[in-house]
Amino acid sequence: MSHVPESKTYGVVAEFADADDVLAAAHKAHEAGYTVMEAYSPVPVHGLDEALGRKRSILPWLVFGGGLTGCAGGFFMQVWMAHINYPWNVGGRPTLSWPAFIPVTFELTILLAAFTAVIGMFALNGLPRPHHPIFNTPNFDRSTLDRYFLCIEAADPKFEEDEATRFLQDLGPEAVNTITDA
Amino acid sequence: MSTEPKRDPDGQLPYISGHSLKSVSEKIADVTTMPMRKLPKFWYGGILIGVTLLQLLFLAVYVLVTRGTGVWGLNIPVAWGFAIINFVWWIGIGHAGTLISAILFLFKQDWRTSISRFAEAMTLFAVVCAGLFPLLHVGRPWLVYWLFPYPNTMGMWPQFRSPLLWDVFAVSTYATVSIMFWFTGLVPDLATMRAKAKPLWAKKLYHGMSLGWTGAARHWHRYEIAYLLLAGLSTPLVLSVHSIVSLDFAVSIEPGWHTTIFPPYFVAGAIFAGFAMVLTFMIPVRSIFGMKDLLTDRHLNNMCKVMLFSGLIVAYGYLMEVFFGWYSGSVYERFMVLNRFSGPYDWSYWALILCNVIVPQFLWSYKIRTNPLYVFIICQFISVGMWLERFVIVIISLHRDFLDSSWAMYAGTKWDWAMYIGTIGLFLTLVFIFIRTLPIVAIFEMREMVHKSEHDGDSHEG
Repeated sequence: MSHVPESKTYGVVAEFADADDVLAAAHKAHEAGYTVMEAYSPVPVHGLDEALGRKRSILPWLVFGGGLTGCAGGFFMQVWMAHINYPWNVGGRPTLSWPAFIPVTFELTILLAAFTAVIGMFALNGLPRPHHPIFNTPNFDRSTLDRYFLCIEAADPKFEEDEATRFLQDLGPEAVNTITDA
Repeated sequence: MSTEPKRDPDGQLPYISGHSLKSVSEKIADVTTMPMRKLPKFWYGGILIGVTLLQLLFLAVYVLVTRGTGVWGLNIPVAWGFAIINFVWWIGIGHAGTLISAILFLFKQDWRTSISRFAEAMTLFAVVCAGLFPLLHVGRPWLVYWLFPYPNTMGMWPQFRSPLLWDVFAVSTYATVSIMFWFTGLVPDLATMRAKAKPLWAKKLYHGMSLGWTGAARHWHRYEIAYLLLAGLSTPLVLSVHSIVSLDFAVSIEPGWHTTIFPPYFVAGAIFAGFAMVLTFMIPVRSIFGMKDLLTDRHLNNMCKVMLFSGLIVAYGYLMEVFFGWYSGSVYERFMVLNRFSGPYDWSYWALILCNVIVPQFLWSYKIRTNPLYVFIICQFISVGMWLERFVIVIISLHRDFLDSSWAMYAGTKWDWAMYIGTIGLFLTLVFIFIRTLPIVAIFEMREMVHKSEHDGDSHEG
């Protein structure tokens, strides 16, 4: 192994031609005890994330919180403005005319929930991220077209380059490459 | 077609056939990566017309801002004219995009995949056009922030009991959520564009816009959750937006406006008009860019069925307006209906019935539903009809209401027309820029369809 200073090994990447192969590979790698892994695919492959041994995202709960904040915030904003801070008699109507506050409350519920969904999803994914070591993989462009990649990362406690390479080669990939993080 | 693709158990042709993950991606990306000189004349023609008409918009806005809203034909009693008609018309057109991308997604209607991106883009552009009208109608658009609740030196807040204020929140929320939904859907496709683009600057641009999307399994997992939640949030949102728009009318006591049928009937009208506009663009685009294998006749058929159904709801709305004119027992309501039938603007009412009630009945025929030319013509009738609907509602109710001493006639001035035609130019310009720069069909979702169909095939054979 030639050792290049400044750049450390990021991981070993296997390239697959079919979704079923990468799914099977992810299962085997998980069974073999690898924990720090990631699979890359052009389409969402159902069960792939679970195969890598991960739990459901907390995103729905964040979105629920966002919606609740928008709902309560929107409603009490109107109550405070129209009823407490500047009560204004319009045609003798009650200043706390809550049914008339529902449309704005509803819109703000949706707005904050949607913001949480989008910003939360990207933030949890660590995006935007201009560079990622996985882009050093040869042929990685095809991960957005028709190829599937499985990367066992060097951060894995069980990681040993030669062994990981041999392990991945046994899974019938198109190619196996070691990539660096520079 | 040389080889007939395999039909599904219902005897229907599949929505997509003869494609691999790679070929479908490349086919869609091709439109944005082909060299400028190879672009069809249709594209050049379209953007030329768009940009030309856009100049009219610039002129109309300049005249309006420098001389004031008096250049429009507005006066008392018709203080709401073209601005509100065009606003409602455009925002209604936009609703089809959200319907296709969100509601049909929740109902797992796979055929939406090929049209969702285009329809969503149209939503955004239509909302931009719609937003211009209230923005300029306020007279001093640079003070439009007064509409929002912000701490100011007068210590005052907006009137939260007013439907017009609800509109501010509804439309701005709708615009924001639509942009986010559209962008979220684009991110994986921008990553595909990064791979397909040839010049380095374009690669970098698409890469930046994709936020560095890698397609990691964990990312897809969260992405799918977010997308589903956005669809779930957009569905009540889109229904609420046009309902609130209709409340601008229904909350007032004006004859012909003060009815409870307005929200559902406006939402149905929005779907009706929006599908007509999507088809107006989809029909030429699919034949010129050779996308008939992605946007099939079966799509036409399905969309026409949605149009027919929403058109029938709209027709029911018209019927009920007449019924309530009589049943209300109010002389003003009854007069309003008679004034629509045979008043000075009766031509607009009967033209509306022709365009929105009679012509769409042709869609009962399967042959017409799958004939692009006929569908295109019917769509033009519907677009005109939906504009006339708002004209009838706004103008006929206002020009002769309670006090006959204040009756008056209304007509749009040349600046009203310039502004309206100008927004069509803006819309065309944005659509044609979009066709050229971003994938017009959701690539990764099409890949997913190919992926699913391949894997279903495996399991059936196995």
